[in-house]
Amino acid sequence: MALIDLANPTRFLALVNRVLPWLAGLTVIVFAYALYRVAYAPDDYQQGATVKIMFLHVPAAWLAMMGWGLMTVAAFGTLVWRHPLADVAAKATAPIGAAFTFICLVTGSLWGRPMWGTYWVWDARLTSVLVLFLLYLGMLALYWTADDPNRSARAAAILALVGAINIPIIKFSVDWWNTLHQPASVLRMGGSAIDPSILWPLLIMALAFTLLFFTLQLAAMRNEILRRRVRSMRMMQAAAA
Amino acid sequence: MITLGPHASFIIAAYVATVVVVVGLIVWILRDYAAQRRILGDLEQRGIKRRSQSAREGEA
Repeated sequence: MALIDLANPTRFLALVNRVLPWLAGLTVIVFAYALYRVAYAPDDYQQGATVKIMFLHVPAAWLAMMGWGLMTVAAFGTLVWRHPLADVAAKATAPIGAAFTFICLVTGSLWGRPMWGTYWVWDARLTSVLVLFLLYLGMLALYWTADDPNRSARAAAILALVGAINIPIIKFSVDWWNTLHQPASVLRMGGSAIDPSILWPLLIMALAFTLLFFTLQLAAMRNEILRRRVRSMRMMQAAAA
Repeated sequence: MITLGPHASFIIAAYVATVVVVVGLIVWILRDYAAQRRILGDLEQRGIKRRSQSAREGEA
């Protein structure tokens, strides 16, 4: 099957139906191994056992940004190429991205209280991630209140492109401003600053979260294709009446 | 034996919150799938077809 064939929703649906059970199974296996590695990862010399929160917080933060990145790519697909699956992908990504951003904010707060002495500070990193969460909620409101997916697609694509400005702000906020949030320690020039005994469980957990993200996204895309079929059939029914 | 130290409640709360959100998301997506399939099945049973389906059958 050529890549261009996937532009056809029916062929895409057939592929999703074949791939999804395997992807879900792989996600469960990698999660089980990741949790085992996390359970037996050593405590951090400064954070103690609260480093275990980082195994949730960091992957959730990465995927929160990746989700918006995917919606930005999909926005080009909608506006430039009018790809039939681009808006389906964006709409499927929005609630999943919002959920991971929420996990990032909650786990960050629960780590912040014992480590910083506060659940929340209005520093650039925390505020820009909160803005990302609000952007996701805006995107969901746009999709869920629109009757016609063709009309909401264009508006959602524009919102995705505008919101994409926030992604580099989140990434570089810790370098551009004086923040309580620590600077990057995994993805940084000069290599990771984390000891391998903690870095490897973190990376395996990030892989598990990423597999979960794509499993959920494919399942949500399948739902959205079916929803659009239902809409089109109801319109045919109304036209025939 | 895994020990979580003096901040165990924060660690457990973080994991519980994550599990609740992820399980909620999975349940919502699965229920949505079941609902869409049920509605599609109902429409097909009533003989309603998509435009592309009708066109294919017209060609045959």
